[in-house]
Amino acid sequence: MIEGIGVTDFIVVATIMFFVGVYGFIVRKNLITILMSVELILNSVNINFVAFNKYLYPDLLQGYMISLFVIGIAAAEAAVAIAIILNVYRKLQGIDVEHVDTMKY
Amino acid sequence: MERLIFYILALTIILFSVMTVTSRNILRAAIYLLFVLLATAGIYFLLNYNFLAAVQLTVYSGGVVVLIVFAVLLTAKIDHKLEPVNKVKSALTALLAIIGLGAILWAVFGYNFTGNGMAEGAYDVKAIGSSLLSYGQYGYVLPFEVISILLLAAMVGAIMIAKRYKND
Amino acid sequence: MQTNFSYTIWIPLVLLASFLVVGLFGDKLRPRLSGLISTVVILFGAVLSYWTAFQYFLVNGKADGVYQTIVAADYEWLRFYDTLAIKMGVLLDPISIMMLVVVTTISSMVHIYSFGYMKGEKGFERFYAFLSLFSFSMIGLVIATNLFQMYIFWELVGVSSFLLIGFYYEKPSAVAASKKAFIVTRFADFGFLVGILLLSYFTKTFDFQELMQPDNAAIAEMAGLSFMGMSVLTLALVLIFMGGAGKSAMFPLHIWLPDAMEGPTPVSALIHAATMVVAGVYLVARLFGLYALHAPDALSVVAAVGAFTSLFAAVIALTQTDIKRVLAFSTMSQIGYMMLALGVSRYGGTEGLGYTASMFHLFTHAMFKGLLFLGAGAIIHAVHSNEMTDMGGLRKYLPITHVTFLIAALAISGIPPFSGFFSKDIILSAAYEHHPVYFWTGWAVAGLTAFYMFRLYFSIFWGENREYEHKPHEAPFSMSFALIFLGIMSAVVGFIPFSKYVSSDLMPYETHLHMNVAVLSVVVAVIGIVVAAVMYMKPGGAADKVVKAVPGLYKLSLHKFYIDEIYLFVTHKIIFNYISRPIAWFDRNVVDGSMNGMAWVTNKVSNKIKGLQSGQLQQYAFVMIAGMVGLALFVLYWASR
Repeated sequence: MIEGIGVTDFIVVATIMFFVGVYGFIVRKNLITILMSVELILNSVNINFVAFNKYLYPDLLQGYMISLFVIGIAAAEAAVAIAIILNVYRKLQGIDVEHVDTMKY
Repeated sequence: MERLIFYILALTIILFSVMTVTSRNILRAAIYLLFVLLATAGIYFLLNYNFLAAVQLTVYSGGVVVLIVFAVLLTAKIDHKLEPVNKVKSALTALLAIIGLGAILWAVFGYNFTGNGMAEGAYDVKAIGSSLLSYGQYGYVLPFEVISILLLAAMVGAIMIAKRYKND
Repeated sequence: MQTNFSYTIWIPLVLLASFLVVGLFGDKLRPRLSGLISTVVILFGAVLSYWTAFQYFLVNGKADGVYQTIVAADYEWLRFYDTLAIKMGVLLDPISIMMLVVVTTISSMVHIYSFGYMKGEKGFERFYAFLSLFSFSMIGLVIATNLFQMYIFWELVGVSSFLLIGFYYEKPSAVAASKKAFIVTRFADFGFLVGILLLSYFTKTFDFQELMQPDNAAIAEMAGLSFMGMSVLTLALVLIFMGGAGKSAMFPLHIWLPDAMEGPTPVSALIHAATMVVAGVYLVARLFGLYALHAPDALSVVAAVGAFTSLFAAVIALTQTDIKRVLAFSTMSQIGYMMLALGVSRYGGTEGLGYTASMFHLFTHAMFKGLLFLGAGAIIHAVHSNEMTDMGGLRKYLPITHVTFLIAALAISGIPPFSGFFSKDIILSAAYEHHPVYFWTGWAVAGLTAFYMFRLYFSIFWGENREYEHKPHEAPFSMSFALIFLGIMSAVVGFIPFSKYVSSDLMPYETHLHMNVAVLSVVVAVIGIVVAAVMYMKPGGAADKVVKAVPGLYKLSLHKFYIDEIYLFVTHKIIFNYISRPIAWFDRNVVDGSMNGMAWVTNKVSNKIKGLQSGQLQQYAFVMIAGMVGLALFVLYWASR
């Protein structure tokens, strides 16, 4: 616990980070920047879990554990995503998300 | 003192997040992301969650960011500028983000968070390790195993997807 | 000592096996070999039938002077629930054994005859396969132990008839005729089926023996139950008779039989003269106990329909020029006779004279009508035409055919001592005892029969001597053999004392010739023959003058009283126009239209909204996040109230 800092402050930081990630996810066209936005979103969620763990249930490790798992999953997701991005780059000579639309009607 | 450090870290996070998503140089964006992740690790340190902070540094800052940098180097030139974003789309999305932010902050400030008042439990590496592999209450062996399988599958999948086929 | 009759089950089974072998492998065998298989099998069936008849009638069919009804085999085929099961079996009693003999005899002769007649035809082995199928079905029909077995084989007989009429399936008229026969008899069978269901609904059984129990309470109850002015039993029996009338070509369901002559002539002899068409008579005889004891009204219907048909068909036969059609109408007329005899009969002893007469006439008719058709086949074989006007003076070319045809013509006309005389005599006696109207109708028909048969005979074998493109030659031995055999049979079977063997209550009794009736019928037959001789024996006889004297009547008869036209009018003009067309319109426009409309709307809507699926990931993400934020706002607003 930090003197004078409540759980709300953490949530504010995390929420801002979350919506910045959302903004990036929707606005940026480069697949890698989109991936980075996703990392931002995941990270903000982690901060939330940790803060709730620390402030609300300090005797347990639930949020802590979830954060660990999220980091693991994020790593796996990043690996697969980058593999896909490389493949898309090879196929389309570019990684603009707007060109990845073969699944449309 | 800790309070000051928190504010510095929080400001770093917010600033560099925004710079990550607005930067037109993709390599710089990756570096800004690295700063965000480092600042997050700092927050974990601040909260005394040292092991988590270490994982954050090695896996995120060390692994993911390096992976992203490599992807950038494989797919774009270093001085390649990304085209500016569509103004209307940007404004709309920003509006949406601000509305969402406002809604959530409104909800958060309106809610009185109260802890359960218990003393802090152990969160040293030993406690974490036994908790990860225990199957009793608050044991995480099942998600642990699932994550193991997921990582294996992701590894194999990533290799298979990124592999160069003869007919490419 | 009781003989074991269980071997009779093999009669239908070997025929079925022959059908399967010849039908499935016929194209692999040489045609004559498949014909030989069928023929050997039917001869085997005939021998078994004769042996059965000998054992039953002459050795030990009787117990205490009464013929026994023997169930030689009984297998449960389909069990619906405890009290209702369909069985397959072999029922032996005087009439079924008599029918076995008739069917196997005529069928054997037709098999042998067809060796010559069908020689070199395309589909020779198919023809024999169908003959086997038909013989199998017909035997299954006559030995049926219950109504349902009979119904199944009844339909099988109809199918084989359909297949054989349409044997020359490349000829449109044959195809039309087979369809007509099938549809008309099918329509009649609908009545049969409803009758069976009605009967079994009340009695809870299909079994003939159970139905015939004199003290069957369910039958009595049924007879007491009234529906639309008649008892339910009468209704059921009339409906069953409707099926029989369809198969036996009784007015007004007779229209298929003349057209059925499109089939090969041996088929006409077998199916449409001797065996299948008498199935209706056999059906009524089989259920005679019910008709006679509980539903005399239904029996009156049988008598009236039979009498009318016999007269009606005889009148039409007077003017037809296609020899097979003359014979077809003659068949209808004679079957009408049998029906009349059944209709005027009562149950038991000498009251049941008509029953015996009907069966007797069925037996003799099978012989001489089979012979007539086979003879007609031999003539057609020689002349290559069906038309009487193309023939004349053939007695010099076809001596065997000439003699046998004459025997058959004399037999059907009722000239002693040929077989037709005896059976016709007891029919007329039975009719005389019942009601004079029936007697005089039958008497008139006897005269007409003699006239049209000898018109046929004289026009073919006498009349003007023609020059033929190919010199007509006598038929090959296989055909002549069948003609001679049936000729002998037609001449002598009349001397069988039928009433000793077949009677309505299974008790033998004595009949003797009624001199008055015999003299009357012989006189009218002789008159008919003489008139025919005067008109047709010499070229340029009196025929044309008679036609000119009554042109209206002649035309009516030539066009078969326009019954076909009436049917066509009713089906095409009334049913098609006022029922089928509106229904078709409804189907096309309303049913199909609503389905098509639904498809059209779906198509249009999806075309309009497919733009939403742009494939742009970020667009989806934007919409999703917007939705989430919207939901969050809604929930927060709603929660804060």
